[in-house]
Amino acid sequence: MSAAPMVVSPAPLLERLPLDLRDAVLGLLPESLRWLASGLITILVLLAVFGLLFAYLTLAERKLLGRVQNRPGPNRTGWFGLLQPFADAVKALTKEDVVPRAADQVLHYLAPVVLVALSLMGFAVIPFGRLLVPVELDAAVLYFFAAGAATELAVFMAGWASRNKYSLLAAMRALAQLISYELPLLLSFVPVIMLAGTLSTTGIVAAQDGWRFGFIPHWHILTPWGFAGFVIFMIAAFAESNRSPFDLPEAESELIAGHLTEYSGFKYALFFMAEYFGMCALSAMAVTLFLGGWRAPLPFLEFIPSYLWFGLKLITLLVGFIWVRATMPRLRIDQLTRLAWKFLVPLSLINLGTAAFWSLTTTWTGPLYLARWAVALAIVIIPFVTLGRQLSAGNGPRTYRYAS
Amino acid sequence: MSPLHLCLLLSAGLFCIGLTAALCRGNAILVLLGIELMLNAANLNFIAFWRYGSGSGSTGVVFVLFSIAVAAAEAAVGLALVIAVYRHQRNIRLQEATRLKG
Amino acid sequence: MLLPFIIIASLTLASAAVAMMLRNLIHSALLLVLSWTGIAGFYLWAGAEFVAFAQILVYVGAISMVVLFAVLLTRPARDVDSPLPAPTVIRLASGLMGGAMVASVLLTAILATRITGGRAHAPSVTVRDLGALLAGPHAASLLAAGVILTVALLGAIIIAAPSPRNPEDPS
Repeated sequence: MSAAPMVVSPAPLLERLPLDLRDAVLGLLPESLRWLASGLITILVLLAVFGLLFAYLTLAERKLLGRVQNRPGPNRTGWFGLLQPFADAVKALTKEDVVPRAADQVLHYLAPVVLVALSLMGFAVIPFGRLLVPVELDAAVLYFFAAGAATELAVFMAGWASRNKYSLLAAMRALAQLISYELPLLLSFVPVIMLAGTLSTTGIVAAQDGWRFGFIPHWHILTPWGFAGFVIFMIAAFAESNRSPFDLPEAESELIAGHLTEYSGFKYALFFMAEYFGMCALSAMAVTLFLGGWRAPLPFLEFIPSYLWFGLKLITLLVGFIWVRATMPRLRIDQLTRLAWKFLVPLSLINLGTAAFWSLTTTWTGPLYLARWAVALAIVIIPFVTLGRQLSAGNGPRTYRYAS
Repeated sequence: MSPLHLCLLLSAGLFCIGLTAALCRGNAILVLLGIELMLNAANLNFIAFWRYGSGSGSTGVVFVLFSIAVAAAEAAVGLALVIAVYRHQRNIRLQEATRLKG
Repeated sequence: MLLPFIIIASLTLASAAVAMMLRNLIHSALLLVLSWTGIAGFYLWAGAEFVAFAQILVYVGAISMVVLFAVLLTRPARDVDSPLPAPTVIRLASGLMGGAMVASVLLTAILATRITGGRAHAPSVTVRDLGALLAGPHAASLLAAGVILTVALLGAIIIAAPSPRNPEDPS
């Protein structure tokens, strides 16, 4: 991974450790091969770290869901079920791979491959630590969401190539969901780009530098527009990565498996993997955009290496995904699209106004500083309450006629 | 042969493929895709001249951005028209869409 | 420097040409997406990073979806897999002739032009520069583009939506 050029003074040992290890490996190779090896090592480390994270995320999910539902979860393979992911991997690899005779063989094969490849591409621009940025791009955020938008194509390929009307219908539903939530997802972080004045992920993390009153970090989530943007971003991220409560495309208890009906064995596991990679990538992006990236939450905690802070924030968000899955019931398709078009899109558009107000009033101090907060909070909260009441009118409270 | 020549040849090739498709194929969607390809070939030229031309400024890049935006609008309206045609004549063969012919 | 260009160019041209010859509409559309990705690769190669990602976002993410939806909405369900009828000979011949004529004119024009000057290195344009250009000298055009997109969106919905007068219209 390339060193960030802005750091001049030598970083502490723990901070430099991953780079030092890479340079030690590169030192064994001839000069002409080093650029290639450097890239390959970065890719391998990313694959290994996020592959393992994926494996143990599935285990953590099953364990946590188990605890929520008052059962132990997988506990037979290894200590506390620690070898479960590997047993699952062996099972997926040795299963028979059934391909329907009528299926479009090439596209049926390509769909999971394209999906996994595209969902891995987003990791390339995430700043994982002060010095750990795989690729520095001037338009990194745009790159990330361009790669994310292309995954819709893989969903379509999966549904169409199966030659199964249920697969095709489910793929269309999945696409309707992905397209609906693309809009609030993209609009929710526009304020961050407006305020930071850059599309580069390192630049956005740099914009969250410093402390308010000496101990409150300048993270974007700790501003009215940033908080609203973060909530909208996370809701849209749930929908974009097909996670509960928006897991309609693959509602395994109601539909067969949506566009994955005709997939089995390792190809099915690849779809599963892509879902988790997408979830990790979007969470990592949320950490970068709103939660200060790799920055420590308090000044005296800065001695802990930045990549550990990043990992901690990432895992917190991922556990949040699992918690929500355990708690929330699934939405209906009309509720889902209504939520996107009538609630999240207007709110994220209004949030642009909040951000504009915030950026115009940076010079307000003293009592005006409080006024700045009050006005910004009002712009966020009043539309939220009015729209929410309008949307949920006639929806409650629920009366239980037979239970009482 | 300079790199600019190569870029222009690439865009000329794309343009001709798009043109031939728009002229040959009877399916409205394929004709629209051919036109879309021609538009892309034009965008390619803007970038090529921006990269290898001697002028200063970034007008080429800005123009391509606007061109992409207009292409998106064009695709949306064009495909909506295709769907409207389908609703009236139950297929999208352009040679049969003759109801407005004088 | 030249090798990536040749790879990108041959990929783009080949996928575009095959896409336009296929009889299966979905395959054509997907191959054309590959061709659009190749064009984005060309922009990246030329140093226009922002345009390349915008191309992917708009073409691969949005226009391809609209095209695929249109393909599925405009084919009777029973022959969704049957190939398109081949174009008639006259149509094919005249189309190819028209294409070849334009191609020959373009080829002679390009090859006969002597290009002088030009720079060796890509001019750098950062996202910040582009933003300043769009919000400064080109602000009017940016607003016009926004209006065009909004009007096109509304127009597309009005054209494509079934007319409310005959709700029993099966489409």
